[in-house]
Formats: sequence, structure tokens, C-alpha cells
Amino acid sequence: MIFTRDGDQVRVLDNVSLDVGEGEFVCLLGPSGCGKSTLLNVIAGFISPTQGQVRIGGEAVRGPDPRRIFVFQERGVFPWLTVEGNIGFGLSKLPKTERAHRIAHYIKLVGLLGFEKAYPQELSGGMKQRLEVARALAVNPDMLFLDEPFGALDSITRLIMRGELLRIWEAERKTIIFVTHDIEEAIQLADRVVVMSSRPAKIQGIVNIDIDHPRDISSRRYLELRDGIFEQIGLAHKV
Amino acid sequence: MNSLAQPMKWEKYFWPIFAALLFLALWHLSVKWSATKIFPSPLDVERGTAELISKGLLLRYVGDSLRRVASGFLIGAALGIPLGLLLGWYPEAAFVVNPTIQMLRPISPIAWIPVSIVWFGVGDLAAIYLIFLASFFPIVVASMNAVRNVPSMYRRAGRNFGLSPAKLIAKVVFPASLPQIIVGLRIALGIAWLVVVAAEMTAIDSGVGYLVIDSRNSGKRYDLVVAAMILIGVIGLALDTIFRRIEKLKSVRWGFRHES
Repeated sequence: MIFTRDGDQVRVLDNVSLDVGEGEFVCLLGPSGCGKSTLLNVIAGFISPTQGQVRIGGEAVRGPDPRRIFVFQERGVFPWLTVEGNIGFGLSKLPKTERAHRIAHYIKLVGLLGFEKAYPQELSGGMKQRLEVARALAVNPDMLFLDEPFGALDSITRLIMRGELLRIWEAERKTIIFVTHDIEEAIQLADRVVVMSSRPAKIQGIVNIDIDHPRDISSRRYLELRDGIFEQIGLAHKV
Repeated sequence: MNSLAQPMKWEKYFWPIFAALLFLALWHLSVKWSATKIFPSPLDVERGTAELISKGLLLRYVGDSLRRVASGFLIGAALGIPLGLLLGWYPEAAFVVNPTIQMLRPISPIAWIPVSIVWFGVGDLAAIYLIFLASFFPIVVASMNAVRNVPSMYRRAGRNFGLSPAKLIAKVVFPASLPQIIVGLRIALGIAWLVVVAAEMTAIDSGVGYLVIDSRNSGKRYDLVVAAMILIGVIGLALDTIFRRIEKLKSVRWGFRHES
């Protein structure tokens, strides 16, 4: 995949080139405003690049596609639909029984049993986030794009949600591209962490996270990887 | 009692009723003390209301007014909501049409009365046309702004699931704008109720507005005038209550501030 973009005279992404394998979990890591969200939007087809292109499975991306679902922060769920309605949103073409079956399956997978008829306003932030992931998974996409999905959650819920996401990823094996500015989050989740520099965003380095799940976040290897990324970004790991 | 304490159940009804009774008492005493021969006391008004009911005028007039408001308002909503959605969805269309709408909008429906009589004659149609005008513009503008305010995230999510533009409007844009559209409908109905009274005072010879002007013109029956005024207030309140109920429905409630 090669994409380059300049919009409004601001060069947001510069000469970014990245390959993502099927079933891989990749984190795009960089400071706020560096252009990593823009990159994700380009990959998802919401923004077309000024130069370069995105190819998925050999096919150039021309726009958003139900085979690749973008998950916003929890605010992307539709507040006028119930939990069931949200999960079933992308399934209107399926026969009724198949649809009900899928809805039930994903409600269970993301742990929202008992909340089928609830509206998003009655759910907590973490539940809304799981609902949005369930809505995305229900259409059985090949890829998921997550844009700082846990950014609005408190740190305890965030930790739990990471575990949930890994559990779901291991069950469904989707290709995931996950944007975050949280170094720890990236190392806990990803197979590979793509470290991006400030605007215009370039890929500064790609770090393979060679630790098996579940990851011990106080192991030597974990700390080594973390310190390595700190150094790449140019931060001393002292506060 | 501090401000955090839940009011007791009886207090919820007691104080508002108390205030209303106080108002009636003040009214009664003012009439007594000023010894006015023209302005009626609450008791005169109550007798007047009873007279209207026994003559069968009350129900008929209320029915006439409500029917006019309902017809004009429903036509206004049926044309105004789709037009507003369209204008909100296609900024180019709004750019072309909006100045004309914004110019027509501040013209009071009352100012249309002479024209509507020329077009439709004295009768139901003229009144319905005025109500239509009164509700159409607020509904169009509210629907248009509602669509513009739909967070782009919802539209993008809808597109991501592969919806066609028509489906996107039906399944995402419309439900996302519904709370604001309902606010527009509620405002429009309030205006429509104001306008029907004015219309019936000039352009027609039945309805609650006609009751007000006719009671004065035929024998200076101010007890009936005030009875009709109170009736207008009560019905206006009832119409507003219907919309307050609609706002509480769960599929639109998220769009309103009254959390918890």
C-alpha cells in the first residue's frame, strides 16, 4: 500500500508506505494531530489520497465498503436504535432468522446479554464501545479500522476493553488497523507497531512485538520494547 | 426542604394549583374592588362557559378550530419535512432556495389574510391556508437545520455499511434529525394555534377565534370573550403536552436535554 496526501496546502502524510498482512493486528502510533487518523481514513476510503493509492487484496480502494468497517469512538453508535437495532443495522439484506441469529451471536460475544432492548443512552461508555464493535463484526467484514476507540474511556475500562478486543480478535481473526497515541496500548495489542512522526507524518519505524498473548506487561521483553519505542519517538522515559 | 430533596408527591400538585387559585382570587377581588361593569369576574366567566356548553356552541367551535389547525398543520408537515430534508441534504439547493424562504418566513401569516380571502374566499380553505403558511416555514427551516447538524460520523457509518443515498436518508439522516424536527413541529403547532384564532376573527364565522370577536360584537358579552380566551389557553396547553409526550419516546429522547 502506498499513499501520499496533501490537502489544503498542508502536507499531512508524506511518502507513507505500509504493508499489512491478512489477520494481522497493526497499531498506528503517533502524537495527537500527526495524521495517523487521516491515514486510517484514507485506508478506509473516506478520504481519497492526492497522490498514491491504497490497495486491499489487489484491488484499489475507491470508497467505504461493508467488507471493511470503521469503528469510531463509542459516539458512532446510533442513539435512535436499540442494541439489537444497532447490531442488525448492516444486516437488512439477510433473511429474518439468519439476522436474528447473528444479532444474538454478537450480543453474546461482546457481553451485552440482557441489554438487547436497551438504547445507547442507557449504556456505559465501555458498553457503547463494545456495541459498536459488535455492529461492525456482525456484517462479517475482512478488516476493522479502529480510531482511538478507547480514548474516551477511563483507564480501568480501557484495560478491560483491550482484553475484550484481543479475545474477539482471536475468535474472529479479522485484520485490524488500530490508531492510538498510547504507547502501552499499542504494545499490549499489536503484532506490529507503526511509529509515526509529527506532521507531515512519516513512518519512523516499525516495531515487531514478539511476545505471545496474554502479554505480561512487566516482563523484561515488554519493557525493552516499550523503551525502544520511547527512544524512537525521542522521549526520555522519565517524568 | 433543601433544593436537592425530591418534592413530595402532594407538593407537585399542590403548589401549582395553589398559584392558579391565587390568580383567580386576585382577579375576582380586582373586579369587585374596581366595581367594573365591563370586565367579568371568574364566576361570570364560569356561567358564560356553562351557557356556551348548553347551547352546544363550545364543542362545535372547538371542533372547527382543531380541524382547521390539524389540516393546515398536517399539510405543512407533509410538505415541509421532505423539503427541509432535501434542502439540508443538498446544500446547493438550499443555496438557491434559502434566500426566498428566509424572505417569506418573517411575513406574519396574519398579513396573508387579505390575499388568502381573495384566493379562497371567506371560509375553511382560507383559514387552512393560513395555518399551512404558519406551520410550513418553521418546519422547513427546522428540518433543514436538523439535517445539517447530523454528526458526520453517523453519515459515514451509514455509508460504510453500504447504504444507497436514498436508504442513507431514510435510515440514518431522518432518524438522526428527528428530535430537532419534532422541536420544529412543536414550535409550528404553537404558532398555528396562535394564527387560527387570528384567522377566525377575520376570515371566517366559526371557531374559537370567531367566538371571541362575535361575543364582543353582538352585545359586548365580555364574560364569553374571556371564557373563549381561557379555552384557547387550555387547548394550546393540551396541544403542547402532546408534543412533550412525543419527545419522551425512547427513539427520539436521546436528542433532548432532559437526561435521567
